Amino acid sequence: MALNELKTVAAGQETLPAVSIGQWRHKHVLDLDDFSREEINLIFEITDAMVEVLARDVKKVPTLRGKTIATMFFEPSTRTRASFELAAKYLGADTVSLDAARSSVAKGESLVDSLRTLQALEVDAIIMRHPCSGAPYIAAQNLEISIINAGDGCHAHPSQGLLDLYTMRKHLKDLGGKKVVLVGDIMHSRVARSNIWGSRAFGIKLILCAPPTLVPHGLKQMLVKCGLDHVTIEHNLDKAIENADIVMPLRLQKERQQNGLISSIRTYIRQYQVNSERLERANPGVLVMHPGPMNEGIEISHEAAYSSRSLIEQQVTHGVAVRMALLYLIAGGKNR
Amino acid sequence: MTANDLLIKNARIIDPASSTDETGDILISGGVIKQIGPNLVGPALKTIDATGLIACPGFIDLHCHLRQPGYENKETIASGSAAASRGGFTTVCCMPNTNPPMDNATTIDYVKNIATVESPNINILPIGCITKDRAGKELSEMAEMYEAGCIGFSDDGSSVNNAKLMALAMETAGSIGIPVIEHCEDPNLSRDGQMNDGWVAARLGLTGIPAAAEESIVSRDISMIEMTNAKLHLTHISTKGSVELVRTAKMKGLAVTADVTPHHLTLTEERIISGRTEKSVSLAYDTNAKVNPPLRTAADIDALIAGLNDGTIDAIATDHAPHASEDKLCEFELAAFGISGFETAFGALMTLVHSGKIKLNTLLACLTYRPAKIINFANGITGGIKQSGIADIVLLDINREWTLDPESMLSKGKNTPYSGQQFKGMVVATIHRGAIAYKDNSIRIS
Repeated sequence: MALNELKTVAAGQETLPAVSIGQWRHKHVLDLDDFSREEINLIFEITDAMVEVLARDVKKVPTLRGKTIATMFFEPSTRTRASFELAAKYLGADTVSLDAARSSVAKGESLVDSLRTLQALEVDAIIMRHPCSGAPYIAAQNLEISIINAGDGCHAHPSQGLLDLYTMRKHLKDLGGKKVVLVGDIMHSRVARSNIWGSRAFGIKLILCAPPTLVPHGLKQMLVKCGLDHVTIEHNLDKAIENADIVMPLRLQKERQQNGLISSIRTYIRQYQVNSERLERANPGVLVMHPGPMNEGIEISHEAAYSSRSLIEQQVTHGVAVRMALLYLIAGGKNR
Repeated sequence: MTANDLLIKNARIIDPASSTDETGDILISGGVIKQIGPNLVGPALKTIDATGLIACPGFIDLHCHLRQPGYENKETIASGSAAASRGGFTTVCCMPNTNPPMDNATTIDYVKNIATVESPNINILPIGCITKDRAGKELSEMAEMYEAGCIGFSDDGSSVNNAKLMALAMETAGSIGIPVIEHCEDPNLSRDGQMNDGWVAARLGLTGIPAAAEESIVSRDISMIEMTNAKLHLTHISTKGSVELVRTAKMKGLAVTADVTPHHLTLTEERIISGRTEKSVSLAYDTNAKVNPPLRTAADIDALIAGLNDGTIDAIATDHAPHASEDKLCEFELAAFGISGFETAFGALMTLVHSGKIKLNTLLACLTYRPAKIINFANGITGGIKQSGIADIVLLDINREWTLDPESMLSKGKNTPYSGQQFKGMVVATIHRGAIAYKDNSIRIS
């Protein structure tokens, strides 16, 4: 089904301008570092159509009918996995999901061998989540099949980065020069890393805010080496939040305290919790986002999470739409 | 008159030990050098025309892993020896992190016996564990291992974390008269570390190993030399700070020596991003560049080269660490540390000579006389070319260009970050005790 047809269906017979996707050059979605602004805009244009599909009574479109999408999760996940599987199903694809913990991996099979088996089963794309940074890159170098990274270790979570950006764009229109604050465990956050690249494409001013012990030693030099002058590091949240347009706290894992990376949860809350009082320092229209899952009462207060300025639930809905767009581009093939 | 074993004709003979650099012939008989000079005449059973080649003392490697006993899937004494000979080495010192570890006279004996039977064309000198089972809890039977033929002690792979135990080991080894060879790494500072703690680790989302993890142990051990009367050898130092600490210690006259690997002299942490992958992905996560200590930065390389040039660093050692393909074809965090280094050492090091960063003579000294001295010229090795000395000689073509195909390596471990790399400078023949241990097809024997 051509995209314009899809859009026609989606928009209830109203004809939308066709989108040329002839220039789509990506076989994999590993991170956003090699996606241009134009490419991200294309993804978002398709996401708009998918949002309209999701608003319908009958959400299913036959775009990926006859295609099979595999999800291979080497690390527990409920949200991202459900989001990807629903995205595939709404597009009419068959899905097969392998729980790596219960499959041959638990019997000692290597990453590449496990994925080769899936490839030999003739699936059209593999969506993988893995606790080790870089695992999907190892896969992409050793397999022929398309790999969509659903989160690798502390490295990247491109579909989350896209849905964050899409949600920001929905509300702020022009993102150029807007101030976005990511606060929390930057060191271990794949969401933060993917947001670094996504924000670059749209000229966002990104502030990464964390205690010094939760920032990698090499981050400052990385920003210089990679030409990421839109990013700054700030350890004081009260300073970072000033005039912010968007504030996004990151999940704080309680193990961080056991490893000595933070002195106590109580101190962390005092210094880094996003709450109503702190949000007063931001721009009047400040919006609050969270990649989930939330630790309410730790990195974010209940009121901040559920206030009118919270976009957290929208992020979840947009997540499905963005993932539908990615599957459409990666697995659509001749059906497009 | 009986025929001599071998006559090497017309070589450029470089012997850093005696500051020799002249063209001439070398006549070998009964495994020793009989005569050195111009226009020597046989009769010899074999003659090599070495016109255009350098003849220098066989290379001596203070640090390698032959994996036997216990990890014969990665390497055996036989396969490791073949690779070492191809790399120009006539003497290699093998680390004791085998399974079981070489922590007693019996395992030292075992390795020496296998070496004698299976690898007659190379000196294999075992290094014994500092602590039993390499566990860092109690000292191994050092004197017995010395009697069985070990030439140094090391818990390579780990430091001895208990400083008191390390001091006792230094004192014991010092009284025996052989070096303690320390792998410098504070395990708390390096915990979960995968690569250098710098911008590349931040970029890739990998846990870093800071320079301080190495330097804190370098500093601790140096501070115990006088108290223990030890010969301390620091192996594979990799940071600018370590070079500075060793330089200062040597200026004070302390008995410390150090070596550096070819890969720490030629590659940076950035190799892990770029890799040598055929399929274009933006980040390679090249597990073949995963090694401990990790590849560092350009500033560290500059400091290590300066350390070689001013004598702060005594020797170059490969830390040849072969692995099976499945140890590397996996997630970066799960991949084994180590580089299969015998066969690329000389080619990689020659890039530093061709670019003018170190002199050929310095390079050869770091591979011959200087390491020989650190191990007290054990087993009759001289690290030099001199009359009546053991005929351990390597022939080099420093202008020969070649490209590395890992599959052609003689080591079982094909784990190299230099895959596909073009080198200028090649080992063309290796002679151990007068016998040809390795020769390239270009070498004709008449």
